[in-house]
Amino acid sequence: MKAQRLGAWVAIIVGASYFIIPLIGTIEFSLRMRRGEYSLDAYQSVFSDASFRETFGYSMLMALLTIVFGMLLVVPTAYWVRLRLPQMRQVVEFITLLPLVIPAIVIVFGYLRMYNSSSYLPLTGSTIGTNILLVFSYITLSLPYMYRAVDTAMRAIDVRTLTEAAESLGARWTTIMFKCIFPNVMSGVLSGAFITLAIVMGEFTFAALLNRPAFGPYLQLVGANKAYEPSALAVIAFSITWLSMGLLNLVSRFGKAAPAKA
Amino acid sequence: MSFLTLTNIQKSFGPVQVVKNFNMDIQKGEFVSFLGPSGCGKTTVLRMIAGFETPTGGTLTINGKDQSALKPNQRNIGMVFQAYALFPNMSVHDNVAFGLKVAGAQKPEIDKRVKEMLGLIKLDHLADRFPYQMSGGQQQRVALARALAVKPQVLLLDEPLSALDAKIRVSLREEIRQIQQSLGITTVFVTHDQEEALSISDRIVVMNAGKADQIGSPFEIYNTPATRFVASFVGTLNLIEAKVVDPDQNRIQIGDQAITLKQSVAAHKAGETISLALRPEAGSLSDSAKSDTALTGQVVSAHFLGSVIRTRMNVGGNVISFDMFNSPGTTPPSAGETVTLRFMAADLLVIRD
Amino acid sequence: MSTVSTPMVSSAPLINKDRVIDWLGIAPFIIFSMLFLIIPTLYLVAGAFLTPEGDLTLKNIGDLFTPSIMSAYWISIRVSVASALGGALIGFFLAWAIVLGGLPSWVRSTLLTFSGVASNFAGVPLAFAFLATLGRTGLVTVFLREWFDFNLYGTGFNLLSFFGLTITYIYFQIPLMVLILTPALDGMKKEWREASQILGATNRQYWTMVAMPILWPSLLGTTLLLFANAFGAIATAFALTGSSLPIVPILLYAQIRGDVLHNANLGYAIALGMIVITGVSNILYLMLRMRAERWQK
Repeated sequence: MKAQRLGAWVAIIVGASYFIIPLIGTIEFSLRMRRGEYSLDAYQSVFSDASFRETFGYSMLMALLTIVFGMLLVVPTAYWVRLRLPQMRQVVEFITLLPLVIPAIVIVFGYLRMYNSSSYLPLTGSTIGTNILLVFSYITLSLPYMYRAVDTAMRAIDVRTLTEAAESLGARWTTIMFKCIFPNVMSGVLSGAFITLAIVMGEFTFAALLNRPAFGPYLQLVGANKAYEPSALAVIAFSITWLSMGLLNLVSRFGKAAPAKA
Repeated sequence: MSFLTLTNIQKSFGPVQVVKNFNMDIQKGEFVSFLGPSGCGKTTVLRMIAGFETPTGGTLTINGKDQSALKPNQRNIGMVFQAYALFPNMSVHDNVAFGLKVAGAQKPEIDKRVKEMLGLIKLDHLADRFPYQMSGGQQQRVALARALAVKPQVLLLDEPLSALDAKIRVSLREEIRQIQQSLGITTVFVTHDQEEALSISDRIVVMNAGKADQIGSPFEIYNTPATRFVASFVGTLNLIEAKVVDPDQNRIQIGDQAITLKQSVAAHKAGETISLALRPEAGSLSDSAKSDTALTGQVVSAHFLGSVIRTRMNVGGNVISFDMFNSPGTTPPSAGETVTLRFMAADLLVIRD
Repeated sequence: MSTVSTPMVSSAPLINKDRVIDWLGIAPFIIFSMLFLIIPTLYLVAGAFLTPEGDLTLKNIGDLFTPSIMSAYWISIRVSVASALGGALIGFFLAWAIVLGGLPSWVRSTLLTFSGVASNFAGVPLAFAFLATLGRTGLVTVFLREWFDFNLYGTGFNLLSFFGLTITYIYFQIPLMVLILTPALDGMKKEWREASQILGATNRQYWTMVAMPILWPSLLGTTLLLFANAFGAIATAFALTGSSLPIVPILLYAQIRGDVLHNANLGYAIALGMIVITGVSNILYLMLRMRAERWQK
């Protein structure tokens, strides 16, 4: 089947080119700031920009809050559905898939209409309210990935048996949750966390329309005003995504190696 | 005249040789089983007959014609796979019709033939069903019909019953044999289940690590195994260590009991240790059993299995297992009891390693 | 799995109390998804059928059929279809190559890992990457000019256009196709091919009679998913073409920001239109996926 193998290699090379050439182009462009020679001037400019540090830090903080509060919502819910309400599993899964169907711009439109200053829950009326709304919107956005990652991990360790064993040994539900369940689904939690990190760092729609100083809108602003810095930022953004995915791979491999404690 | 001939067939995957000098002449209409454990090369030989693997040496002819230049789709061979491999997007009717359609037959002719085949496997009423709606046994029968629809010159079956329940396995193997006999089609059947092979084959090839250890009828394979491997693989077997006392008189000693064998041990020297085989059904504790020799020993354990009582006894360091039919009048022996096993000396076979 | 129905050892004798606790446990999730996902969406859907005064009307839906809004939908649909088809085609060949192409295993794992990353590399940075590559002073543009004396922009090509946006979208469509299609191709049993061969079929007959019929639900379904994916995307388009290419999300963005339509309810109707299109695509995708999985049992 030599012709087949040749065809396969051709497909791979074409595909790989499509992927790699833009990356090379971006890196090359980002090095072009100084006339006539390659330099890291664009990166210097980016890192010395106060806005960069502020928005990057802001988005990082948002990502962290999203992960923490998201997991506090998702893990007990996934656990509860597995254990006590299996009949709700389909419904809950359907809800977690909705953010993939309903475009983000539609959701944020809904937020702005429902939570503006003249509504029952005037979240957008204040800065802290808007920040809270942003975190909630990020949780909603990453819900499909967080839930699926955690649910898969729970399915693998049979939470029901684990809980019964813990109960028969006299543990209270807080102990069960934090000492038995959480540690064993840690790999799922971390997987979800890294995808969420990548999503939040690059997110534009919610942050722009809610007028928050996040990394996404900052990127867009730089793109409109500067020539070489956008490419440097794209390289940085891509590296963050790579890093998150790399850590995710590491974690899932580590999670598979560690035996589930019964 | 041999219909399917394999001469000095070899197959290597890189440095590993999985089939070594396989020779076999299969007659037209014969049902031959390749029997052996996983990894012995039986499936590889089958796949070489089909054309999915190319031999690294040797020749393969069907009806006198050399197959080496022919691709699988040119050999007119039917094949049934372990995983059924029915096309999931087609109904039973279309699956069976596939080979005919591909060959360019016309619709009326196809329909007639499909109806005939479905009648053969007695599944006419399922013509419009899809594979996912049927049980494993039904799917495999459809696979058989599909393979036979194109009137192949040889039928190959690659462990077709291994994925099925025990009961279905027994009934389906009978059905396969019946259909094969009524059509008179040359068949090669690969299995690791010796009961399967013994019950339906004309001849069996017992394979071990790429080689054919023995080729013969089921009766021959079971009663006169040529090697230790064949003896231990086919049926339960007692392997007994014995010392040669007098090679010319065929006298050997098991523990401190001497026995004169019917087989010759002249090739061995006095004092040499040899292996003997004794089938569990060969011996009996009853005085009236036909026997010309006996061994005495202590019962280790006795298991009542319903129609059969399986007793294990210790004779000079060897643990011998023998089966007796249950008889309401006789109680099974108990552990520690001394018993005498009576059998025919001819049943003690000398095993070549 | 154990078959014990109520596992709590320390449960009170009243069954009612347990039931209440059961539903209470899921309450935070329900409340959250209601407040921040379902109700905002329903609010918009409802608003699409209301006048500013609050009366029921179909006027907003009717107003969707004005030329400017219709053309926005049409452009969106065209970009989404084009990038979905392009991504599906290239993605299919890539998935085929790594599953059935007989390549060394490192190629497969590398491509799948890269696809996992690349499918997330959407948004604003993606636009920058393509600007840096195919923009007027981009790497490829310059390369073609200096090495092949080929003026890319001279042919009328412009990255900031329908075609440019499509090419940019394809960058994350391909990995998505690869990731979803690879398991489907893995499910193509080797025995099907061998069975078709031994029954006399040629390679072409195998593909037309067996493989394609089995694969088409997955292929079509995933293409629909790609379509929905592109339809709802905004960040890349915003960064690349700004408001010059009026796709529906951009239109909605402008409406949210500055009420350019001077009619809030019309904005709701536009949002409703988006939900309907992405919703229908996803439902069809799920139906096709269920069908494909049923066959691969």
